[in-house]
Amino acid sequence: MNRKLLSLPFIFWSAMFVIVPLCMVFYYGLTDKSGAFTFDNILAIATVEHSKALWEALKLSVISTVICLLLAYPLAMILCNMNVNQNSFLVLIFILPMWMNFLLRTLAWQTLLEKTGVINSILSALHLPSLNIINTPYAIVLGMVYNFLPFMVLPLYNVLVKIDKNVINAAYDLGANGAQTFFRIIFPLSLPGMFSGITMVFVPALTTFVISKILGGSKILLIGNVIEQEFTQTGNWNLGSGLSIVLMLFIIFNMVISVITDKEGEANTL
Amino acid sequence: MIKTTAQKIYLGLIFIFLYAPIITLIVLSFNASKTRAKWGGFTTKWYAALFRNEQIMQALWNTLTLAILSALIATLIGTIACIAMQSMKRTSRAVLMGITNIPMLNAEIVTGISLMLLFLSFGIKFGFGTILLAHITFNIPYVILSVMPRMKQLNPSTYEAALDLGSSHTYAFFKVVFPDILPGILSGFLMAFTMSLDDFIITHFTKGPGVDTLSTKIYTEVKKGIKPEMYALSTIIFVTVLILLLLVNYTPKGKKKK
Repeated sequence: MNRKLLSLPFIFWSAMFVIVPLCMVFYYGLTDKSGAFTFDNILAIATVEHSKALWEALKLSVISTVICLLLAYPLAMILCNMNVNQNSFLVLIFILPMWMNFLLRTLAWQTLLEKTGVINSILSALHLPSLNIINTPYAIVLGMVYNFLPFMVLPLYNVLVKIDKNVINAAYDLGANGAQTFFRIIFPLSLPGMFSGITMVFVPALTTFVISKILGGSKILLIGNVIEQEFTQTGNWNLGSGLSIVLMLFIIFNMVISVITDKEGEANTL
Repeated sequence: MIKTTAQKIYLGLIFIFLYAPIITLIVLSFNASKTRAKWGGFTTKWYAALFRNEQIMQALWNTLTLAILSALIATLIGTIACIAMQSMKRTSRAVLMGITNIPMLNAEIVTGISLMLLFLSFGIKFGFGTILLAHITFNIPYVILSVMPRMKQLNPSTYEAALDLGSSHTYAFFKVVFPDILPGILSGFLMAFTMSLDDFIITHFTKGPGVDTLSTKIYTEVKKGIKPEMYALSTIIFVTVLILLLLVNYTPKGKKKK
């Protein structure tokens, strides 16, 4: 049938703007300036400067992902149990803030966290010790949690809302208490959503360069900052591509896990 | 009773966490002092200054046209791809869905630099066109992922029944299939529009000198200090969307109920 031909624009577009560009990253990453094959750009990750940036990024993104998970799980459960119009509430919490520019929202945290900022004014009015986390890794973690929390809540909510209430009631009928029901029934059933949420938070957190720049006071370099500098300032595309390949290894590892755990595509966030 | 109160407090705290920066920005848009650090009294002068600031107006125009064009084109490509995928074999559909997921799961910075390398190698001039191509690329997956579930819910018999009753393929499609997948198409379009509007990272790598969207304009201003007009503009955008959402949610729902 000629209906299949309708996929041609999409296939062409994906080949041209998704596949070919990715191949180019690999090409530049695996060659030097003269075009000769080399592993140097990838091995450059081992230098002190780069490995420190990668380690810092890994550390902060893992911490942020864990915090997001801990915050989002109860939130998703509460949202599931609410009877009010959930959709409009979800939109209010997660989609609406996106219409305020992401950079401005992150920048607003600067105003809130500054030494003489809003939060410290409130704290000192209450005679509490002041909070000095601006330009430290803590502020970056806060920015990451703030920006990526929705990506954790939505997939979790999507799996939790689909759990059959009868299954939970059956567990209670068979004598399980609240904790047992949670750990033996609800938690295992929510795993696909959890893994998909972890991917959705971990990848952007690992690769961000904006949050660290705005809230880290440009003292803290993450791997994203290093790559961004290679492309926009130093102009060493080969090195930038090589480091991106290293980053992609982490992303691919993450993708494989989420594909294995989410075969049905149940936790698709949209 | 205690449980529901605790739940409400938790929801409230999350709500404060998510909205504190937004409220800060709205307050700053009325701040007479030019710096963020101190409060210089209430003023609406930034709102007047905003419409005289040609750079910001140009950036706003670029952002909106990019969002509309990229969302429209992505919706078109994505929707017809979904129609095609519906009639494909399982494996080829799985391959295409896999490709769809690449820009979704890949890091934005990698998508950005990969497109930058592509445009550089092919000698394409950086500017509005390259940003548009990039935005369409990352918008298509959002459309496919929101239309595809609708497609799967379709009952193929209704389409066949229309054909049996003598309608042409095109007529049957627009009369039978299209109304059913329309909500998916619309939400895909809206999602794409929002993503394009809020994107910074990919735009940062694919823009040329002289062309700015609101995001890239803000980014260059971060160091020098953001112009207060920017706060005024984002407040206007935010309040407009809020009002629209309220209107959509609280209009009489008599028609919708089945």
